Amino acid sequence: MSKRIWKVLLYTVVIGYAALTLFPFLWSVLTSLKATPDVSKVWVPLEKLTLDNYIKLIGSDEYSFSKWFLNSLIVAVIVTAGNLVFNSMAGYALARINFPGKTLFFLMVLGVMMVPGQVILVPIYILLSSLGWVDNYAALTIPWLVNGFGIFLMRQFFLSIPKELEEAGFIDGLTRWGVFWRIVMPLARPALATQAIFQFMGNWNSFMWPNLLTTSEEMYTLPVGLATLYGEYDAFWNHIMAGAMFMTVPVIIVFLIFQRHFIKGIATTGLK
Amino acid sequence: MNLRRSLTGDPLAGLLFILPAFVALTVFLVGPILYAFWLSFHEFTFINPDLSKFVGIDNYVRMFQDERFQKALLNTSIYSLGVVPTQVCIALLLALIVDGKVRGRTFFRVSYFLPTVTSTVAVSVMFLNLFKKDGVVNQFLGLFGIEGRSWLLDVDFALPSIMLMAVWTTVGQFMVIYLAGLQDIPQELYEAAEVDGAGPFRRFWHITLPLLKPTTFFIVIMSIIGTFQVFDQMYVISKGEGGPLDATLTVVLYLYNAAFKEFEMGYASAMAFFLFFVILILTLVQRKFFGEETRM
Repeated sequence: MSKRIWKVLLYTVVIGYAALTLFPFLWSVLTSLKATPDVSKVWVPLEKLTLDNYIKLIGSDEYSFSKWFLNSLIVAVIVTAGNLVFNSMAGYALARINFPGKTLFFLMVLGVMMVPGQVILVPIYILLSSLGWVDNYAALTIPWLVNGFGIFLMRQFFLSIPKELEEAGFIDGLTRWGVFWRIVMPLARPALATQAIFQFMGNWNSFMWPNLLTTSEEMYTLPVGLATLYGEYDAFWNHIMAGAMFMTVPVIIVFLIFQRHFIKGIATTGLK
Repeated sequence: MNLRRSLTGDPLAGLLFILPAFVALTVFLVGPILYAFWLSFHEFTFINPDLSKFVGIDNYVRMFQDERFQKALLNTSIYSLGVVPTQVCIALLLALIVDGKVRGRTFFRVSYFLPTVTSTVAVSVMFLNLFKKDGVVNQFLGLFGIEGRSWLLDVDFALPSIMLMAVWTTVGQFMVIYLAGLQDIPQELYEAAEVDGAGPFRRFWHITLPLLKPTTFFIVIMSIIGTFQVFDQMYVISKGEGGPLDATLTVVLYLYNAAFKEFEMGYASAMAFFLFFVILILTLVQRKFFGEETRM
């Protein structure tokens, strides 16, 4: 009997918390489907729901919504790709090759991981604006192509790859570069997937830097645009919620596809 | 022998492999960090760099006399003190539950994790919509005769509402890390304890909790670092101001505005370094508190 009470309690907590996490999403979807006159109504009959807000946002002349979406996509893809290549190269060298200054470089990697991003807020802004990069793609991509945490992650992973596989590659006449691309990188797929998802989501969702580094509406990324959408048009909650869905749905899709890797990745990075 | 050398030696290859990362880290991280340190001892305005002058530790002294900075620091501390323990407890509880034999485990894990992958900006506007004056939360409270308010625009409730939102957003991430920690605990320990007659609560207290210590350490640190750097939510919700009446002004928001609205960039850099030292000290204190075995 007491076991049954225990079970009821358990499922109340589990389902209750799931309702708490899912409700804001479901409510936002519902709001995003309401026609403007119905926005303040809690319940709207099914047949009055409409996709108009989405269509309006995509084709809007008022704000460059599709441009923001595209900017976010371009930035997230470029930064992710850069990180995968450069962090892996550096991580591999740290794990496998002896070179002068190796310890120093490793300390540099660990050091920059510890400093919060806000410390470099002012210098980066000064640097990028004196290069004339502010408000163009260079500022949104180039400074973020390499990441200390990513290098560290890749180093840890490469340490676990058996050396014999590389030896076999050298015997077959591959160069260092060949061994890296043909043998080591394909083996690193799980680590690369983890990093790819982290980087993609991080950059897709990033707000502080794009908010600082873009000034014209044309160059905004989605989060920056969404924040101004709320700032200027906060009566149109249906539009804003449709905007929030454009921001959320791609990440949820990426997340659901890579769910296994992602959860494993979070679980093991930093802990082991 | 030759092969060995080609495997580990080859300094040129090593240098070429790290070259892109080295250049990027130097130009975009190490350089800026050092420059920020230099700036923090100067009065410096980006608009007029020629007028920059050395002021010693004035920026740091000014910080502690600045009432708005104190308010921002207080807000950030309240935020952190409220969010960190709540987050850790809920994450642990959920992890314990979904680690067990619950039907639909994957569904629940994914639902709990969903807020974590969503952008803070999207979450912020979602909560603004839910918690606005005529929003659904107030409609729901109205059913119980509780009078609604504009939660996020109210001096007393704005910060607690954002704290609630922060817990909601990040619990999933920590739950997953706890799940991994739980998986590492050998089942035999529980079996042995059960044989010795230990009930579920004693098993939790004497086995689970101590063995999760490194995980808890990691989570507490991550949570502290995250809460002390809070910016996006406050910026979006208060439209960059930290209002109402500085109720949601945090250290990062204040330094951001100091740098890019007031153009007091030396002062902003000093605040950034202060933030760094706070985080560093809290990490070291935690480390001491949790004992030596908690290496990260």
